Amino acid sequence: MASKKDFVKFDKVDKSYDGKVLVVKDLQLDIAEGEFITMLGPSGSGKTTCLMMLAGFETPTNGEIYLDGKAISSIPPHKRGIGMVFQNYALFPHMTVYENLAFPLRVRKIPKDEADKKIDKALSMVSLQGFAARMPGQLSGGQQQRVAVARSLVFDPQLVLMDEPLGALDKNLRESMQYEIKHIHESIGVTVVYVTHDQSEALTMSNRIAVFNDGKVQQLSSPDELYEKPVNSFVAEFIGENNTFGGEVSDISGGKCKVKLANAEILANPISVKGKGERTTVSLRPERALINPSTKMDNLHKGKIEEVIYHGDHTRVRINLLGNPEFILKVPNSSSNLDIKLGNEINIGWNSDDARALDPK
Amino acid sequence: MSSETKKILTTDGIPLEVSLKKAEKKNKIKAFLLVAPLLFFLIITYVFPIGDMLFRSIDDKMVTQMLPKTFKAMENWDGQELPDEEVFAAFHEDFIKLVEDKREGKLSTQLNYTKNGFKSIIKKLRRASKKFEEGNYKEQIMAVHKRWADVEYWRAIQRRAPEFTGQKYLKGMDMYVNEEGKIVSVEEDRRIHRVLWLRTLEIAFFVTVFCFLMAYPIAHLLATLPMKYSNLLMICVLLPFWTSLLVRTASWMILLQQQGIVNDFFVGIGLVADDNRPEMMYNKTGSYVAMTQILLPFMVLPLYSVMKTISPSLMRAGKSLGGTPFVAFWKVYFPLTIPGIGAGCLLVFILAIGYYITPALVGGASGTLISNQIAFHMKSTLDWSFASAMGLMLLSGVLVIYWLYNKIVGIDNIKLG
Repeated sequence: MASKKDFVKFDKVDKSYDGKVLVVKDLQLDIAEGEFITMLGPSGSGKTTCLMMLAGFETPTNGEIYLDGKAISSIPPHKRGIGMVFQNYALFPHMTVYENLAFPLRVRKIPKDEADKKIDKALSMVSLQGFAARMPGQLSGGQQQRVAVARSLVFDPQLVLMDEPLGALDKNLRESMQYEIKHIHESIGVTVVYVTHDQSEALTMSNRIAVFNDGKVQQLSSPDELYEKPVNSFVAEFIGENNTFGGEVSDISGGKCKVKLANAEILANPISVKGKGERTTVSLRPERALINPSTKMDNLHKGKIEEVIYHGDHTRVRINLLGNPEFILKVPNSSSNLDIKLGNEINIGWNSDDARALDPK
Repeated sequence: MSSETKKILTTDGIPLEVSLKKAEKKNKIKAFLLVAPLLFFLIITYVFPIGDMLFRSIDDKMVTQMLPKTFKAMENWDGQELPDEEVFAAFHEDFIKLVEDKREGKLSTQLNYTKNGFKSIIKKLRRASKKFEEGNYKEQIMAVHKRWADVEYWRAIQRRAPEFTGQKYLKGMDMYVNEEGKIVSVEEDRRIHRVLWLRTLEIAFFVTVFCFLMAYPIAHLLATLPMKYSNLLMICVLLPFWTSLLVRTASWMILLQQQGIVNDFFVGIGLVADDNRPEMMYNKTGSYVAMTQILLPFMVLPLYSVMKTISPSLMRAGKSLGGTPFVAFWKVYFPLTIPGIGAGCLLVFILAIGYYITPALVGGASGTLISNQIAFHMKSTLDWSFASAMGLMLLSGVLVIYWLYNKIVGIDNIKLG
């Protein structure tokens, strides 16, 4: 696919509802054609507002949004040709599944036989053949969700927006729907902008994730990079689990820095610290720290096991380490972990590369 | 199914079904006792008066009881020629008794309803009957006045024999049973009730339409505005509810009269000439304006309660799928408000069709409704049976409308809140 890098472009977009507080601040975001991009963030972070501006239900206070090179701020929603899946599905309750799917085709005056073909195709895409005559109220939540997805795709839009579409489903259904939406995206190559506050959903489905907080994109990168290499402590904290140490940089040289904690010193990877004396929060993923490491690691400290929680495939161990009583370790249950007993003192080791010294919290 | 499954016994050997019923009986009695006062209240205030009304409207015992012997004797009369001596004798006997009780005046009023001309001949008969000799009453009565020798008048008496009659209903539709026993309409210039029925339907219909046209945008605003504005608007809608009906109607009289505020305003902006102020009261216009305003909340509230439940994302979905705002409204929003429209229209129409005070005060002669006619017969002519008959006709009209609505829209589709 000859994909454009800036199929959708937010150019210095500001949005304020009341003229006092900016809910979206100076947003700069390019979305490539065919990409699955997720806007992820806590509630009130401005992600849904961005989606609504893209759909045309809100207008930017400042700046401009471009779709395929055209400025769209003055185009009303019904002329943008963007498919949308809403949080509560927003199926028309008085129409059958068929009529729901026919709605966007009818308003486009597509002949009936062609429309029927498109509807069949869309329904088979979400494996709901034979449900055309049902009313939305006769469908389960998952089925309604699929109808909503089919309806947003049936008129072949170039861009589909999804606003927390899986929020109302139970956990198992949500996971299977995640894969289903991902597969649909892969098979038809439509550009998807997806909004969620569920990080595992975002990590599973997206090509890229834009983490929103406080009206700003904190980090825009691929899921693995987001998880492995968070650029600030908000992202580190928001995505996945995270162990932190607050301290002060005492030395910085050769791509490593020493961070002085209350009663110890650790080695870390300087990401957003520049010089000596800066306050910093060191972030370390739980699975990057090992108990009694067999290889040599440049951080090795003793801690006391405070709590052991069995999770089936792994065990979570809470350790009081270097003055942080909330230090979490994840230990796979395959190996024999004889030392993991409540109250034991154990050695914990990690590489300084994995301990990222970020901005102070 | 229960006959095939084996009966389950409790530990003390009683069938489970029996002991369950026993246990539930107590609760059922308790529940009944809780609703009993209301049930009792409803029977006294609702079922009993309506039953009484129904009975009154067809009750015609008065004449039957005044002339028992006459009607007994008339059973053998074929009604072709003048009845024979037996009937005249029985009539004389009944009549003397009535004169003794001083009730012959009532008889003359009642018979006069059936046929004009009875009043004077009964008066004459009373005077003459004092000098009657025994025997041969036929000739003596016929000699009192020539109408007593007219078979038509005896047929008129015979028509009052049944204890029950539907003639009040016929009268309500400007019809009556003529001398030949056929149901015919009264002369054109005496048809007052049909006009009133039609006007009642017309006014109720248009009031409903006006209420709908005004209430729909208001209800939509109420349902979509932010809380702080919608609360204020809601108070504006409900404020008339908290004001006395009489006060509201009276204020319309102040507004609408020829020297009133609305007319002053029209003259002020040059819409009408000062010497040509339109009459907006004591006619249909007055009824329309005042009734629409008074019944508006009954349309707004059901519409609002339905619109409140319609998710705003549905309209957005309609637009994002390519529908213009109008298409999204017409194909998505409007069909979803139909239950509210149905409830509101039914409510307003039924209330309007029986409206009384407002048309009585601002309706004038051309704006009064059938209910005003009912009140007139209740209070002025004291013809309660006729008032009851018209009341029941109104009630059955409402029931027919309800039935039609149920057929067309479906009553489960209604939503009052």
